[in-house]
Amino acid sequence: MKLYVKFDFNITCKKVLEEQLEALGLDFTLKGMGEIELESPLQSAKRDALIAALERYGIRIISDEKSELVQRIKDAITEMIYLDEKAKLYKISTYLSDKLCYSYNHLSTVFSETTYTSIENFVILKKIDYAKTLLTENDLTLTEIAFRLNYSSVAHLSTQFKKTTGLTPSVFQKIIKKRKTHSQVE
Amino acid sequence: MDQSTLHIVLADDDPDDRMLFKEVIDETKVKTNLALFHDGQKLMDYLLETKNPLPQLIFLDLNMPIKNGLQCLKEIRGNALLKELTIAIYSTSSSECDIEETFINGANIYINKPNSFAKLKEAIEKVLQMNWQYHTSSLNKDNFLLRV
Repeated sequence: MKLYVKFDFNITCKKVLEEQLEALGLDFTLKGMGEIELESPLQSAKRDALIAALERYGIRIISDEKSELVQRIKDAITEMIYLDEKAKLYKISTYLSDKLCYSYNHLSTVFSETTYTSIENFVILKKIDYAKTLLTENDLTLTEIAFRLNYSSVAHLSTQFKKTTGLTPSVFQKIIKKRKTHSQVE
Repeated sequence: MDQSTLHIVLADDDPDDRMLFKEVIDETKVKTNLALFHDGQKLMDYLLETKNPLPQLIFLDLNMPIKNGLQCLKEIRGNALLKELTIAIYSTSSSECDIEETFINGANIYINKPNSFAKLKEAIEKVLQMNWQYHTSSLNKDNFLLRV
């Protein structure tokens, strides 16, 4: 038989971090997504142990400043799309510069330099990624998804979906469903 | 693994298509390392040889002698070591059935071979870009379907 499970990535990642940090006896606070504050500086032996422990879960410690900022931008965008109800009232540029305390210009330059894409494009990608999850796991209708992701209309969401993936939402949904039954048969 | 170089392989029996593909890849901004194969069997031999580095992206023609693209796709998805690799189908067929069948069997990307250099370049760039995003951001790879 097969079982299907759903993930809450925020909780999964938090739990993994907590367990690994506790195992090494570190005093820490998790500050939102992808940011850990340690009570005391990390000795290099412990740092190596932590790197090794986290690597098994595909988690890496970021060491250079630009990648770190890019990661924080990505996390803020994820949080805005997935969690923050009030965030919908802001423009992305205002939201990010308020949250990260940098001018949007600076954020946008650093982001484009390191990721081959713009913040705006990344937001679209992330929203469509969420729309895909809602479409396949939660069986929400397009209208509900458009509302939840703050699109002005279903047509707008549908066009952006097609432009990003090359597929219409309904074809996408059909393929993923067939894929699941297909892998069950084999 | 060197993060900045993208390791790509292409299996295609048509020499012109291989040459064109290589030219396009050489022109893109992304730093790449490309390996070319004449048919599916040669590609599979390469992938199964453990001392070879695994590619981040595989381009598969559908119609090839000895072993075709769909067979390769199924073998890769059925192999525990290879099943996480990103696979792009690169074919002249634009039949909805082919497209659906390859997606259902686990392809991530379907590219209709375009008829001009400029369009091919555009398509490949879009694919590399999207693939990069999937490798560097926490996007759900199970839902990675792209048709170009």
